[in-house]
Amino acid sequence: MPDFFSETLIKVLPTIPKETYETLYSTGLCTLFAYVIGLPLGILLVVGERGGIRELPAPLMTVLNFVVNILRSIPFLILMIMAVPLSQIVFGTRIGTIASLIPLVIAAFPFVARMVESSIREVDRGVIEAAQAMGCSPWQIITKVMLPECKPALISGATIALTTILGYGAMAGAIGGGGLGKVAINYGYHRGVTDVMYFTVILLIILVQVFQSVGTWLAVRCDKRITSTKKGK
Amino acid sequence: MEAIIQIEGMSKVFGTGSGEITALNEIDLSIEKGEIFGIIGLSGAGKSTLVRCINLLEKPTQGMVRVAGQELTALSSADLRKARQSIGMIFQSFNLLMQRTVLDNVCFPLELQGVSREQRTKRGMELLEIVGLADRAKAYPAQLSGGQKQRVAIARAVANSPQVLLCDEATSALDPNTTRSILALIQEINRSMGVTVVVITHEMKVIEQICHRVAVIDKSRIVEMGRVSEVFTHPKSSIARELILPRHGDGQPGGEIPQLVGSRVIRLVFNGGTAYEPLIASLAMDLGIKVNILGADTRNIEGRAYGSMLLGLPHDPLQAARAIAYIEGRQDVDYEEVLDYHA
Repeated sequence: MPDFFSETLIKVLPTIPKETYETLYSTGLCTLFAYVIGLPLGILLVVGERGGIRELPAPLMTVLNFVVNILRSIPFLILMIMAVPLSQIVFGTRIGTIASLIPLVIAAFPFVARMVESSIREVDRGVIEAAQAMGCSPWQIITKVMLPECKPALISGATIALTTILGYGAMAGAIGGGGLGKVAINYGYHRGVTDVMYFTVILLIILVQVFQSVGTWLAVRCDKRITSTKKGK
Repeated sequence: MEAIIQIEGMSKVFGTGSGEITALNEIDLSIEKGEIFGIIGLSGAGKSTLVRCINLLEKPTQGMVRVAGQELTALSSADLRKARQSIGMIFQSFNLLMQRTVLDNVCFPLELQGVSREQRTKRGMELLEIVGLADRAKAYPAQLSGGQKQRVAIARAVANSPQVLLCDEATSALDPNTTRSILALIQEINRSMGVTVVVITHEMKVIEQICHRVAVIDKSRIVEMGRVSEVFTHPKSSIARELILPRHGDGQPGGEIPQLVGSRVIRLVFNGGTAYEPLIASLAMDLGIKVNILGADTRNIEGRAYGSMLLGLPHDPLQAARAIAYIEGRQDVDYEEVLDYHA
């Protein structure tokens, strides 16, 4: 190793694959849970509103919107600290990758719900009206019209969600979460070893680039509104 | 004739309180099985709301809608969905599923009913054959022209052999040639499948080309209704006149010939068969009376010639009276005096 790398970096290097794995693992798991809650919630926000295909009681809609807005307004760092006791109750621990999942999911699902909501709103009203005219039930409209029609937007949204959650996950390193964020904060911030920090940051940038490229590629590929000539085939 | 669509005392009001807008006012309508029924009106007259009330995409504020013997306004939402499966609908903006292939779009209503993939593919291909797009089965809507999209929409609308086909401004987004071919297709489907068709439009030519009967809607009410040939030759309401008869020379070549406008102007109406007979030439040759043609419009309705013509009579009251007497003596030609003519 050339001299300009610090000893710390050389010492930390072997742990990087494991920490990268932790990051990917917690990001993936958190995105999954965020969608388990956020996808149905996002759908409800559209179909349940006044004039929606399956109107829900107005007070319920007000509560749902209120909850989403409240959770979206709390800064993530604060939310994380507030959610620590919950991690204690559920997992019996306040630190580590698993413990950080709870605040991550709480922070991510309202974001995902809004993302899903805006994707579904993109679907042409006329197409939904046509489906209603054909005798579609609300469930059929959701599963056979809304979701398939906005699939490209959902994929783009999921890509944004994934990269955002990756960023949140790195922040979770501040309160004992694992992964690359922890390495960057512990060595780069607390001990002032800047090259470790830059190294992990570069790794994170690469991860985000990969996610974004794959996501965009998938979204374009599955969008049948774009004719093949425009895709450059 | 058996009525397949019956509407009684139907009104639709949007909004509440001071923001209340009456879109439909006490509509009574009876559409017979197998006919092509046109509903024409200017935009904002309420015609789109009317067609949406037939399959209850809009819920009427009051009144009764019965389609194929079922009182839709009395059904539960589950039963209404079932009833809607026998009412096809096509739209101005086609409303195809953009992420599905042409074939999958056509098969969509069958898929909803749980028809097996094999069967619905077979039926879907048959339908695409009928609308002339079998070779585009695997294409996506984005790759089709407007006319082709509407053909797909028509195939989809009739996939489960509905009793009624509702067309909401189905040709308004298309060019004249495509409009004609789409109307011909609708007519063909009406004949071959026996499906009753309701056509909403603001264009006279659509009504002329395919409709048997027509209702004229204005300011939320039906102001006139009858066979197309009757309404076109003897429009009673002012809105129907505006839609059907040539305006007072406006926009027509040679419309402004004020120097020859006589004291009286009459409107001739040819109601089948005689539109192309040289009536004006006969007037000049037999009686020596020169009349001035201020405007003319002839149409072909159900294979027969119809038309109307605006004539300026000579100043001389005697000559004018003789001309009118001559016209009265002709069969298949009616006339009326236009009192408010201004060139």
